[in-house]
Amino acid sequence: MSDVTLKITDRNGVIHEVQAPTDMNMNVMEVIRAYELAEEGTIGICGGMAMCASCQCYVLNDVISLERNPDEEAMLWEAYHVKDNSRLGCQIPITPEIDGLEIEIAPEQ
Amino acid sequence: MIETDILIIGAGPTGLFAVFEAGLLKLKCHIIDALPQIGGQLSELYPKKPIYDIPGFPEVLAGDLVHNLMEQIKQFQPGFTLAETAETIEKLTDGTFIVTTNKGTKHHAKAIAIAGGLGTFEPRKPVIEDIAFYEEKGVEYFVKDPEQFRDKKIVIAGGGDSALDWSIFLSDVASDVTLIHRRNEFRGALDSVEKVQELKHSGKIKLITPAEVVGLNGAEHLESIDIDENGAHRNLKTDYFIPLFGLTPKLGAIANWGLEIEKNAIKVNNALDYQTNIDGIYAIGDVNTYPGKLKLILCGFHEATLMCQSVYNRINPGKKYVLKYTTVSGVDGFDGTRKEAEKAVVKAIE
Repeated sequence: MSDVTLKITDRNGVIHEVQAPTDMNMNVMEVIRAYELAEEGTIGICGGMAMCASCQCYVLNDVISLERNPDEEAMLWEAYHVKDNSRLGCQIPITPEIDGLEIEIAPEQ
Repeated sequence: MIETDILIIGAGPTGLFAVFEAGLLKLKCHIIDALPQIGGQLSELYPKKPIYDIPGFPEVLAGDLVHNLMEQIKQFQPGFTLAETAETIEKLTDGTFIVTTNKGTKHHAKAIAIAGGLGTFEPRKPVIEDIAFYEEKGVEYFVKDPEQFRDKKIVIAGGGDSALDWSIFLSDVASDVTLIHRRNEFRGALDSVEKVQELKHSGKIKLITPAEVVGLNGAEHLESIDIDENGAHRNLKTDYFIPLFGLTPKLGAIANWGLEIEKNAIKVNNALDYQTNIDGIYAIGDVNTYPGKLKLILCGFHEATLMCQSVYNRINPGKKYVLKYTTVSGVDGFDGTRKEAEKAVVKAIE
C-alpha cells in the first residue's frame, strides 16, 4: 500500500508537504496531529466524531468533493470561520484518491 | 470548609476510578467538576456512543461506563462539588492544600489529583449584544437544576443532543418550551429527534426554524428575545433563554497554578507516581503529558492507581502497606458495607 502526499498550510501560514499511509484507517485530522502541525489540545478535541469542529480545514484544490456528510454539515452550521470550502479533517479519510490534496487548517474555534 | 484526603478535580472516568483505588487504601475523596453532572466528556459529548477498548468490556456505552463507575465507587462515599470550577489553590505550611472554586466553596485536602481531561468545559456563547449582562438573569448555558424552570416560559437554542434532550425533559417542567435552531435539521439520537417531533405535534414544544436569537431585552431580568426568522424579525416573551451550542474545553484557572505545562497538558513524573512539579499535586488521565503518553481511559485508570499509592505514602509516612487483591481481601466501604468472595467449603465427598 502506498502513501499519499498532502500539502497542508498550518495556522501560521506555513506550508508542509507530508506523506500519509492509506492502510491505517487514518483521516486528515489525524495526519495533522501525527505531524504536529497544530498544537495538541487545539485539534481533534472530540476525537474525530464530528462534534467539535476543531479540525476544520479549507480545501484548496479539487482533489476531493466539497460535499459534507450530514454529521459534518450539522457541526459546521454551528462552527465559526466557516467558508464554502470548509470540511472537517476528521471526516476526510486517507485514501489513494486524495493524493495531492491541498488544505489549510482553519483558525482555532 | 470541605475536608478530604484527596481532592480530585474532574469527574470523568479517571477521576471516578481514583475514588475506588483511594478507598482501598482508606483514603477519602472529594471531586470538583465544572459540569452539573458526573462523567466528564463521556456524559457531555458522547453518552450514547459505544467504547470498545475498555478491558473486559467488548462494547460499553459511555453513559453506562459512567454509571458502572459510580456503582463501583459508591461505598467509598465520595463528595461532589458540581457545576463549580476550581479557581485558586493555596499550599499551607503543613503541605496540605486549600482549593477554592469560582463560587467560593473551599476544600481542604492532603493531596490534589487533577483529572481534568481536556480541561474545563466552557459553554460556547452565541454572539448577542449584552448577553453577559443577562447571564444568571435569565440566560443559562447549563441546566443545573430543572426546577429553576418550573412553570416558566423558556427558549432553548441549538441543534444537537443537549438542545433536543433538554427540550424534551423541560416540556414537563416549564409552562412553555420553544426550541430555536438555525436550520430545519437536528442532529441527535433518533429517539430524541422523534420525541421532539411528537411533542411538537402535541403542542408541548414550539419549534422555530430556521431562526436565530439576535437580541435580548429586559430591565433587571430577561423579559423577551428578538428572533430573526428567515430575515423577518419578531419579539418573543420569555423568562429564560438557554443557548446550548456545545462546550469548548479550556485548561482554565489551573494553567495559573504554577504547574509545568507542555502542549496544553500538565507535565508529570511518569516513572514514579504522576506527580507534577508541585509536591502533592498529581495529574492523571488525559490532562497530563509525559514521553509516550496515550490519552486513553485505560491509561487513566492505571495512572489513578499509582497516584493513590503515592498519596498513601505521602499521608502515612513510614506506615507499612502492601498491595492487596480485592478478590482476597474484599472491599470494605466507608458506609459499613463489605463485599467479599464467597468462601470455598472444606467438606469430604463420600
